[in-house]
Amino acid sequence: MTDWPILSIVTFLPLVGAVLILLIPGDDAIARRNMRYAALWTTSATFLVSLLIWAEFDPATWAFQFEEKRDWLGGAIQYHMGVDGISVLFIVLTAFLMPACILASWEAIQTRVKEYMVAFLVLETLMIGVFCALDLVVFYLFFEGGLIPMFLIIGVWGGGRRVYASFKFFLYTLVGSVLMLLAIMAMYWDAGTTDIPTLLAHPFARDMQTWLWLAFFASFAVKLPMWPVHTWLPDAHVEAPTAGSVILAGVLLKMGGYGFLRFSLPMFPLASDTFTPLVFALSVVAIIYTSLVALAQDDMKKLIAYSSVAHMGFVTMGLFTLTTQGVEGGIFQMLSHGIVSAALFLCVGVVYDRMHTREIAAYGGLVNRMPIYAFTFMAFTLANVGLPGTSGFVGEFLTLLGAFQINTWVAFLATTGVVLSAAYALWLYRRVIFGTLDRENLKSIADMNPREVAILAPMVALTVLFGIYPAALIDMTSVSVDHLITQYQAALDAAGPASLAALER
Amino acid sequence: MNALPDFLPALPEIILAAGAMLLLLAGAFSGARGQGAVSLGSVALLVAALVALHSADAGARVETFAGAFVLDRFAVLMKSLAIVGSLTAIVMSGTYMKAARADRFEFPVLVVLATLGMMMMISAGDLIALYLGLELQSLSLYVVAAIRRDSLRSTEAGLKYFVLGALSSGMLLYGASLIYGFTGSVSFARIAAAATGPEPALGLLFGLAFISAGLAFKISAVPFHMWTPDVYEGAPTPVTAFFAAAPKVAAMALFVRVLVQAFPAITAEWQQIIVFISIASMLLGAFAAIGQRNIKRLLAYSSIGHMGFALVGLAAGTETGVAGVIVYLAIYLAMTLGSFACVLAMRRGDAMVEDIGDLAGLARTRPMMAAGLAVLMFSLAGIPPLAGFFAKFYVFLAAIEAELYWLAVIGVLASVVGAFYYLRIVKIMYFDEPVEAFAPIPRELAAVLTVTGVVVLFYFVYPAPLVSAAEAAARSLF
Repeated sequence: MTDWPILSIVTFLPLVGAVLILLIPGDDAIARRNMRYAALWTTSATFLVSLLIWAEFDPATWAFQFEEKRDWLGGAIQYHMGVDGISVLFIVLTAFLMPACILASWEAIQTRVKEYMVAFLVLETLMIGVFCALDLVVFYLFFEGGLIPMFLIIGVWGGGRRVYASFKFFLYTLVGSVLMLLAIMAMYWDAGTTDIPTLLAHPFARDMQTWLWLAFFASFAVKLPMWPVHTWLPDAHVEAPTAGSVILAGVLLKMGGYGFLRFSLPMFPLASDTFTPLVFALSVVAIIYTSLVALAQDDMKKLIAYSSVAHMGFVTMGLFTLTTQGVEGGIFQMLSHGIVSAALFLCVGVVYDRMHTREIAAYGGLVNRMPIYAFTFMAFTLANVGLPGTSGFVGEFLTLLGAFQINTWVAFLATTGVVLSAAYALWLYRRVIFGTLDRENLKSIADMNPREVAILAPMVALTVLFGIYPAALIDMTSVSVDHLITQYQAALDAAGPASLAALER
Repeated sequence: MNALPDFLPALPEIILAAGAMLLLLAGAFSGARGQGAVSLGSVALLVAALVALHSADAGARVETFAGAFVLDRFAVLMKSLAIVGSLTAIVMSGTYMKAARADRFEFPVLVVLATLGMMMMISAGDLIALYLGLELQSLSLYVVAAIRRDSLRSTEAGLKYFVLGALSSGMLLYGASLIYGFTGSVSFARIAAAATGPEPALGLLFGLAFISAGLAFKISAVPFHMWTPDVYEGAPTPVTAFFAAAPKVAAMALFVRVLVQAFPAITAEWQQIIVFISIASMLLGAFAAIGQRNIKRLLAYSSIGHMGFALVGLAAGTETGVAGVIVYLAIYLAMTLGSFACVLAMRRGDAMVEDIGDLAGLARTRPMMAAGLAVLMFSLAGIPPLAGFFAKFYVFLAAIEAELYWLAVIGVLASVVGAFYYLRIVKIMYFDEPVEAFAPIPRELAAVLTVTGVVVLFYFVYPAPLVSAAEAAARSLF
């Protein structure tokens, strides 16, 4: 099995499905059904392949695995793929969420089904490629290419202000990314290659690191998103169709965190050390400020979007502590949030498909008509709050533990965010699910159908499973994370005496 | 010295020159009936020139006509691009010219003559050959712009183009005479030899500035861009398609050759000029296009911006930079021709429409055309993995190597601003409600759109050939 180019297969398999869907003629009911099934089968097959990668992956080494190398753009820039403990789970997460997205769009999307499914499959290829790429230019290609399908998904199948939201999403992300592109070029001239494993071992000069770090930060901070460049996210989430929100929250945001882990921290350790206070400050502001903003929302999706920004604050805080707990917690938080926030958007989608409104005030008392829905929604709300026993707890706890070792105040302030998250999440739950069912149009609302149960049940199971047995994920990442931290400290130690000597002179 | 010069390297030019004369005679004698045959003959002529060009290509640098005519890797590649651009323009003009009753046999012949001028420009080894080529090209273009002589807008465009173009030729000549005066030679090689030394003569710098101004006119770089939107809008659309593609490639190639081969010793001096016009073009191209409603004007500003991006590579003044310019021009050629194929297909009933609002809902009325144009627009915006990204990648790579960091930062930010109006076209096609459908797209336009769309979309699969060809071409200049 190992001599198969399995990473290229998992990356480009969705593209094959997209081509097949393009070849389906006609636009009648049967053709549309075929398109939906083709998309579902493709994404399911991709998920199975990703599980195979997970099974074959050797967590005992930090080295890159399943490597592939081919000539591409001249000598120095190659098509290079590979995964390590940091990236492999993101591939599985992406592949896991995609079938759910297709199923969630089964009935909600009735117009231009062909284009919709093609856009999603192309997007999946580009997302998986981001996590597989081991060359900076290849990475950038996948990273930026994802803008095109997402732009179309928001703009064509989105809500009322979709044009504004899609442009904002596109241009915000592009501004950050083009600066990263220039940094990639500067790295190319400095190191003579864009090969990521080589660059990980390449020492960049201290002042150059500062500029490169800032350029990469511009891209990842927008993508993650960090306060204050998060404003595109609520707009994009609110206007995107349900599946678009799921992918945005579940995968696209994680690319920013992954970028910090893959590039900023290991390649520019000196600059990361310098800028850690900045990241901590922005993370804490994000956690507290966006939690407060979430309290004031009257749109369900917007509330969850702001809570995503707050949860991503925990991620950046954890990653930049550079402690074992902090970094592993950050990764865990990303994976957990990838499931939980995706599921919350799916839950919103369930009622949106029935009532066509996301106003919180338009609901109330749903527990009387929709007991299964009430249970599911509760499970994810509690996971979002970080209740022990759910996956949300592990991530938040570990990142706070990491932060506590580095800076008690950061940990203290961030912990207030946990309280606030309980406030907005539970209040949302109360307003939507409890209370009296006195709205006429809600009296006939139906509970979740088997399709919706099939989408959300695995997610409930995983949330609980990873909450009580987090080692399933942490064991995969720990060796790579330890290696990252060792390298980081070694780089700081190597530079430390020299910089002290420079100060004394 | 009395021996005849070696004609063989100039065989493609000779074929075009002789062929154009024959076609002109044939057209004049056959009258209106011969139009189709003349068009066909022009296309055959250009193909013959392309074949001759590649069969004469020995790979090494050849000089003939006492150094006035240079054939090297760079010339072969750029001439091929120019020929392909002209060829496509003739092919795309058919349906439009018939419908507008402007299907005069002079049009393809003039395009062939202009192409001949372009090839002379690209191969120019001294200032005289440069001017000869440039004028042959420009005079043909002035006439072509006004080819619909009963149309007010077309004649206005031709006149405007002529007056401003003559002005720029004057500036260029003035600069050339200064350079001749201060170096004592018109040959690029001898100018390069004379221009060394610690302090370049002031007159030489003046000459350099005037030549640069004249050439900036031809590639419509800011601040010499004013004619572009008016001429693009006024000229018949196939003519605009022609203007936007081949002449830009040729003029940029000439610009590169003059600066790199005649003034290598004073790179730092001309670098300032290029950096300035590059930044100005990128910014103006990005901001001025936002307010445009007419698709041809919009593409005019877009082409100004793209010339600015190509100049980023030249500003670097290095081999990598020139290779970047070549890659940029090749990809720009494909994107421009494809975009204009779409503009030419914007036809309702008998009338052409040019407002970008007319594209509304194209994704539903003509999904293939919309998909093609969307690919081209994303590519023009420079979004990976489309070809336009690689074009920008190489020029900015060179700028970073030359440590022109501010130029690069301003450039990429301008490309983000520019992305806005390209996205707006995608938005109009995909997000808006459909209006009345266009007439069926003619076969030749569909073919051009398909080919360019496929090239742009799948360039990333196998990008190495163009890059290595461009690198070899750039190496031949240094």
